[in-house]
Amino acid sequence: MSATADSPSPSTARRAGGAQRGRIRLPFSAWHLLLAPLALVFAVPLIWLLLSSVMSDAEINRFPPALWPSEIDLGGYRYVLGNAMFPRWFANSLIVSVAAVASNLLLGALGGYAFARMRFAGSRILMALMLATMAIPFQLTMIPTFLVMKQLGLIDTLGALIVPSLVTPFAVFLFRQFFLSLPRELEEAAWMDGCSRLRVLFLVVLPLSRPALSTVAVLTFLTTWNDLTWPLIAINHDTQYTLQLGLTTFQGQHHTRWSAVMAGNVITVLPVLLAFLFAQKSFIQSITSSGIKG
Amino acid sequence: MPRLPTPLTLPERKHDARPDGDHTGHGDDTDGDASSPSFRRPPPGPLRRRLRGEQATAWMFVSPSVLIILGLSVVPVAWSLLLSFRADDLVTPSRWVGLGNYRALVQDPHFGQAVRNTVLYTGLYVPASIGLGLALALVLNRRIRLVGLYRTLVFVPFVVSATAQGVLFSFVLDPDFGVANSVLHKLGVSPQGFLTDPGQALPVLVAISLWSGTGFCVVVILAALQDVPPSLTEAARLDGAGRWHLLRHVVLPSLTPVLTFLLLWQTINALQVFDLVYVTTKGGPLGSTTVIVYFIWEQAFKNFTAGYGAAAAYALALALLLVFAVPRLVRAARGRARATRRLEGAAR
Repeated sequence: MSATADSPSPSTARRAGGAQRGRIRLPFSAWHLLLAPLALVFAVPLIWLLLSSVMSDAEINRFPPALWPSEIDLGGYRYVLGNAMFPRWFANSLIVSVAAVASNLLLGALGGYAFARMRFAGSRILMALMLATMAIPFQLTMIPTFLVMKQLGLIDTLGALIVPSLVTPFAVFLFRQFFLSLPRELEEAAWMDGCSRLRVLFLVVLPLSRPALSTVAVLTFLTTWNDLTWPLIAINHDTQYTLQLGLTTFQGQHHTRWSAVMAGNVITVLPVLLAFLFAQKSFIQSITSSGIKG
Repeated sequence: MPRLPTPLTLPERKHDARPDGDHTGHGDDTDGDASSPSFRRPPPGPLRRRLRGEQATAWMFVSPSVLIILGLSVVPVAWSLLLSFRADDLVTPSRWVGLGNYRALVQDPHFGQAVRNTVLYTGLYVPASIGLGLALALVLNRRIRLVGLYRTLVFVPFVVSATAQGVLFSFVLDPDFGVANSVLHKLGVSPQGFLTDPGQALPVLVAISLWSGTGFCVVVILAALQDVPPSLTEAARLDGAGRWHLLRHVVLPSLTPVLTFLLLWQTINALQVFDLVYVTTKGGPLGSTTVIVYFIWEQAFKNFTAGYGAAAAYALALALLLVFAVPRLVRAARGRARATRRLEGAAR
């Protein structure tokens, strides 16, 4: 959370030094008495997830369960990764998410650039229409989208998962807003020198657009990787399952092998967790810019 | 495919606010707009030709997104409406039933229960997540050692999928051998049913959602707190405002847009909760956690009564529209009335 942590606002700085007003102030460390247990509440379930995934089945199934593994037992992981389907589900999830990220970046940037910089008949109405679609609740479209995908012959294929997430109005809108904030002069120079719009976009604009690119990439990856509802509707056959979908069936089938279920869960959570730890700043930016900032 | 609501306060950039004149046709359009001369002045010959070819390029740029986005929203919305007037099992040809589905919905006790559950879930989750988020953000906005670590810990659950949360918490909260009951046992509390107890299941789901959703509110509010103008807080302090007054009269008012956004966003998310329910309780026990989206999914894809499910979806969408549109319309109307009054006052 370094994005916000690095720069404490002036107002907090002043508040911290405002003790001379004579009010009773908690000593500096007292906040930790409040914050540490709270932070633990947020952290403990995830720690427990990690711990239980490396416990032996005997330890997990004991009551009361062991709170700490006596030794690290990777049986759960071996079981999950040896399972014929699990690696396949992982690959499916990866294919769908990467496809969604790549196409959102490409189509979102193309559309956003046209809306930001080019004049064409009906651009305003079109943009307004696309924005309006963001207000349509998902449950209203999920049944007919299933029927549309069925008409296209995509049900039970990864295509049914990829097509609806190819581009979101949010990606187009975010790119448009970002491009509008860039100075036009650079592009104009290249354009007047005879560069095509496409070249201008790829050689001049996109290299300057890292914040927008990472915001769209992060949010798209997070939502497609974590989605369960749509795969549940669109996919029947277990060779086409995503990780999230596989995990739900996994839970039922392997109720006695909790270590395996938890290992599978760790593997499902790990990619987003790693992405978050590596790109904390982009994550935080994308969350805040999704709602309140341009 | 969670839909993101329209960002509320993204400002329209100034140079976009200029009227949508087409810069290709009017060679005599010479008002000097200093910000982008080449777009306003009549361009030299070859450039003008390029601008005219621009329409085709622009359409090539936008058509993939327009086709996909509008195709996968406008078509389904219309189709859904049609579907809601039909009896359809997604396989055999459907039959027109007019308003029959809607009439049946009104009388269906399971739908009534789903609506009640969803309202209860939303009513518990939204205020709690925003309130908790606000409190945490105010504390985490202070200069405390390790504050970055605390912020990270609070936010991390947000990236964990609802599926993973569901699996994890069904394990932790298992009434027979879950770790939660064993901790309660040590504290001398009798074992709880958690997700298997009809009286507890929904609040427990709310608690799980709070675990993952509060971090989002914290991050958004923290970002807004950084933007509270220092001049305002300073002025208030000079006027002798204490910490409580500062919070009440300076900080909270400047947070209003963000809190409104969160209210809207969290409500939309809460009304659409599905994944967590599907993974943990499947609507049970005794229908105590059947939320609307779960009801729709069950009707369409489990009982194969897609027309009925579509009708339920439409009923919900209309309710949503009312909930969100009416206050906005009222505010707009009130604003217009105020403006008129002011104009009249000025005229007098």
